[in-house]
Amino acid sequence: MAAPKKAVPKDSGQEKGTGSPPEFTREQELKALRDMLLIRRFEEKAGQLYGMGAIGGFCHLYIGQEAVVIGMQMALKPGDQVITGYRDHGHMLACGMSANGVMAELTGRRGGYSKGKGGSMHMFSLEKHFYGGHGIVGAQVSLGTGLAFANRYRGNDNVSLAYFGDGAANQGQVYESFNMAELWKLPVIYVIENNRYAMGTAVSRASAQVDFSKRGVSFNIPGKQADGMDVRAVKAAADEAVAWCRAGNGPFILEMQTYRYRGHSMSDPAKYRTREEVEKVRHDSDPIEQVRNRLLAAKVSEDELKKIDAEVREIVNESADFAQKDPEPDPSELWTDVYR
Amino acid sequence: MPIQVLMPALSPTMEKGNLAKWLKKEGETIKSGDVIAEIETDKATMEVEATDEGTLGKILIPEGTADVAVNTPIAMILADGESAADLARAPAAPAPSVAHEVAESRSPVGEGKPMISAPAQPAAPASVSEPEPEVPAGTEFITQTIREALRDAMAEEMRRDPDVFVMGEEVAEYQGAYKVTQGLLQEFGARRVIDTPITEHGFAGVGVGAAMTGLKPIVEFMTFNFAMQAIDQIINSAAKTLYMSGGQMGCSIVFRGPNGAAARVAAQHSQDYSAWYSQVPGLKVIAPFSAADYKGLLKAAIRDPNPVIFLENEVLYGHTGEVPKLDDYVVPIGKARVARRGKDVTIVSWSNGMTYALKAADELARQGIEAEVVDLRTLRPMDTETIVASVKKTGRAVTVEEGWQQSGVGAEVAARIMEHAFDYLDAPVARISGKDVPMPYAANLEKLALPSVAEVVEAAKAVCYR
Repeated sequence: MAAPKKAVPKDSGQEKGTGSPPEFTREQELKALRDMLLIRRFEEKAGQLYGMGAIGGFCHLYIGQEAVVIGMQMALKPGDQVITGYRDHGHMLACGMSANGVMAELTGRRGGYSKGKGGSMHMFSLEKHFYGGHGIVGAQVSLGTGLAFANRYRGNDNVSLAYFGDGAANQGQVYESFNMAELWKLPVIYVIENNRYAMGTAVSRASAQVDFSKRGVSFNIPGKQADGMDVRAVKAAADEAVAWCRAGNGPFILEMQTYRYRGHSMSDPAKYRTREEVEKVRHDSDPIEQVRNRLLAAKVSEDELKKIDAEVREIVNESADFAQKDPEPDPSELWTDVYR
Repeated sequence: MPIQVLMPALSPTMEKGNLAKWLKKEGETIKSGDVIAEIETDKATMEVEATDEGTLGKILIPEGTADVAVNTPIAMILADGESAADLARAPAAPAPSVAHEVAESRSPVGEGKPMISAPAQPAAPASVSEPEPEVPAGTEFITQTIREALRDAMAEEMRRDPDVFVMGEEVAEYQGAYKVTQGLLQEFGARRVIDTPITEHGFAGVGVGAAMTGLKPIVEFMTFNFAMQAIDQIINSAAKTLYMSGGQMGCSIVFRGPNGAAARVAAQHSQDYSAWYSQVPGLKVIAPFSAADYKGLLKAAIRDPNPVIFLENEVLYGHTGEVPKLDDYVVPIGKARVARRGKDVTIVSWSNGMTYALKAADELARQGIEAEVVDLRTLRPMDTETIVASVKKTGRAVTVEEGWQQSGVGAEVAARIMEHAFDYLDAPVARISGKDVPMPYAANLEKLALPSVAEVVEAAKAVCYR
């Protein structure tokens, strides 16, 4: 594919976002709060259902990282694509996929997004432009680059978001993808969710370069770090990256500095970090509390916030109810969808 | 004594070439490194450099000569102090015997005669008695190399569907490492004929991602040996996504390229992946033999809404065959073809294994055994019906493959015969395969590692208790 004329990057340096991010409007704050709460409550419920044995296999919760997907999503327009790894529930809800469909997939029921055949790590929605849900660490990076390739091929101005973690950032195909994306000026944003641990391995024990925004330096891909606990900072960084990609300048790397409160998966005893460390992050920089506090400071009433929480809880409770009542897939489904 | 300049082999599988042009005249002085001639193969035009110094004494093969066999003397170089009179002292007989043996070993069949240089032998020999079911009566045929048939298949599908594009290493400007994509860049441009970096894992993933959005990539691997770097994307992403998404998101993509042993490229470049891919639900796996099937099945593969592994064979690329001259010749996936009728024993093979199978059938006929030869063409879904129908008739079966025996496609064929035609069998199914070793480099060992016609003949006779 012929590359377009070399653009002069207005910001080719890898830099850390400085200062306070632009303020949100009240509507934006309220929406961010609601969307992040939906993920938080959904994941809490999924954790409960897992404990009850209603969800099987692997289940990776997104609690703590909510601001990343919500802030990113606020910068997208219809038709933009999203792809991620196995910690994907939050991404799907952010894309507008229904809580019922996601939860029913977690319980392996016919009303799940994959008719119960994919499970927690493998869900998709063509309608919402969500391309999975991939269980092989790093695979989504090449695939997401392929989504961007398709946008270039079709000549539209959509962008794709390829999310991956600090662990996946050490996979070889990530760099193969970086090379092709910059070579062909593909409109892909690589969102590295640095939650400080790849399963049980701290970033500093696995990565020679712990500033992930610099991982594209040798490919001339601009990169930025952002506070992934502050949804406004995420949105600001996303806006810049999206504008860069949409204008045909090629890929962009965003390192989102975030934290997961729960273990890697449900079976993780989390001995690799202290309880104090987790508590400190929760106390000092919880993404939802940040928004709540700003809203309260802006004289939004407790009652209004409680109302939002109640609405979200209702959606989540209904999804849990649906996911447990919905029948399992018909046995004939074993043989469908292998070929078309 | 004057020095002979021999027709050089410019690639591992080259058997002959055209002497396109002499760049030096008789009587001209030649220094080591001078380009003295241009040779055309079906892949490329290459320059021949002198390795000796002296005077070009005599041109033995004039320019414009086609199909000059490798190791044929093409010119004589006179050393300092020698004159034209000395030419007579040069050995008249061509090619030293050592070189001759090397040439022999290039034939995967190893019958002493290089397969490709056999004069205009069609890939499907005259002994084919079964008419092509996909071809209407009265259809005109054109003679094409398999390389050309593949190129035409891609070009026709790219003209037909703007969502089809081809990507891979050296597919565009270089015109294909094996010249299979020759001319595609010129016709379709760089948007649709895309040179990738050497990055199999990455570009396989890019192709699959693009296919998830509905595009129809043809991903060329320079060889399937290199696709091992990409096998995660092929299996975990391409083959499984339709199922994992509950039927929402498929992947219409073709992974194609040469598979299996070529000639003298040793263990890491000679593996047959037929069995590997044919085990995976969600993939279709095609491994044709005849030029017509290469064309018709590649067109079918490109149109198929599923991921298709299209296993080609480098040794066959230069083979010619009769291809129906039809606007849209498509061979259905999943149908085997009876390449030769017989009543005594069924030989089941595919891809280059058919070379051994058909030659063995000829030899068996001379010995009074009529072998029926089934060309599977598609390995997944496998056409059990055609195999079983043949075995019910003959009561005996031999499988032939270049790949390894354990868990091989031959083992699968044998199991299906046992499951569906056990009561018809008069003898256990015999399997002829590549030997259970990595492919050796040495010419004699390589020959031993591959199946041979003699082995197939022997196995067929054994199951016939003859």
